[in-house]
Amino acid sequence: MPTKADVFEKVKTALIDALGVDDDQVTPEATMVGDLGAESIDFLDIVFRLEKAFGIEIPRSELFPDDVLTNSAYVAEGKVTPQGVEELKRRMPFADLTKFEQNPVVQDFGNLLTVNDLCRYIESKVGVS
Amino acid sequence: MRWMWIDRFLEFQSGRRAVARKNISLVEEQMDEYSPAYPYMPASLIIEGIAQTAGLLVGERSGFKDRVILAKVAKAALHRLAKPGDTLIYTAEVADIKRDGAFCNCTSHIDGELQAEVELVFAMLDDRFPDPIFDPADFLSMVRIFGLYDVGVDANGQPLQVPPHLLAAEQARP
Repeated sequence: MPTKADVFEKVKTALIDALGVDDDQVTPEATMVGDLGAESIDFLDIVFRLEKAFGIEIPRSELFPDDVLTNSAYVAEGKVTPQGVEELKRRMPFADLTKFEQNPVVQDFGNLLTVNDLCRYIESKVGVS
Repeated sequence: MRWMWIDRFLEFQSGRRAVARKNISLVEEQMDEYSPAYPYMPASLIIEGIAQTAGLLVGERSGFKDRVILAKVAKAALHRLAKPGDTLIYTAEVADIKRDGAFCNCTSHIDGELQAEVELVFAMLDDRFPDPIFDPADFLSMVRIFGLYDVGVDANGQPLQVPPHLLAAEQARP
């Protein structure tokens, strides 16, 4: 079973390869979009690399539940409703939604995910020692 | 000018691997204009040919019902120039394929020597983009020119069959 450090190193390698970023840019706190410059299509690339690195399958809806953000039951006037935030929390237990919750603008959601969130997601799939 | 950057498939194993040939001739427009004093094949067009090889490999898996587009050149390393008279052999292998995309590892060789290494990410268009990419009869004409159905085999090694929806479009053409 890998350690947390093993998971971080493999995630880091995947992000360096997929995004062409430098080694020191990939910190646990770095946001995928804002800090590392990931665009939507990069997430497909990242998912392929993580699946290969960890031998797992990553359904897109697990890591990026964008169906919640396009569901009118969960979005009103460009913001995710409290029910929507609860649904996101349920679907993304690995992500820290504390800041997003304060002003849950749909457009800001894309910049929510951090490297640490990604690592926590992988840890939930592979288990860590 | 036709936007076809391979000449012919040499091998096509459904869902796994495709090999295509691209001959480079001095008479081609890009050889004339890109670098007139020292003609060589632009790297972007080599990548385009590789992407056509890999993209058709990915699309064939669904009988060309998925609308496959090149989403990202994840890596491209060019090791030598390709000049008039050279024959490029493009090899594409499907590393992974999912409902919404595919990842392919590809190479280009000249006379057995590695010329380029390319990693490509393809995306399958979903319902947000309802329009077809190609006219199906034109598309079938193109893959016939590439000889895809001359060399293509399915997972059991049996000759690939033209999908009925493409055949119907071809037959419906006036």
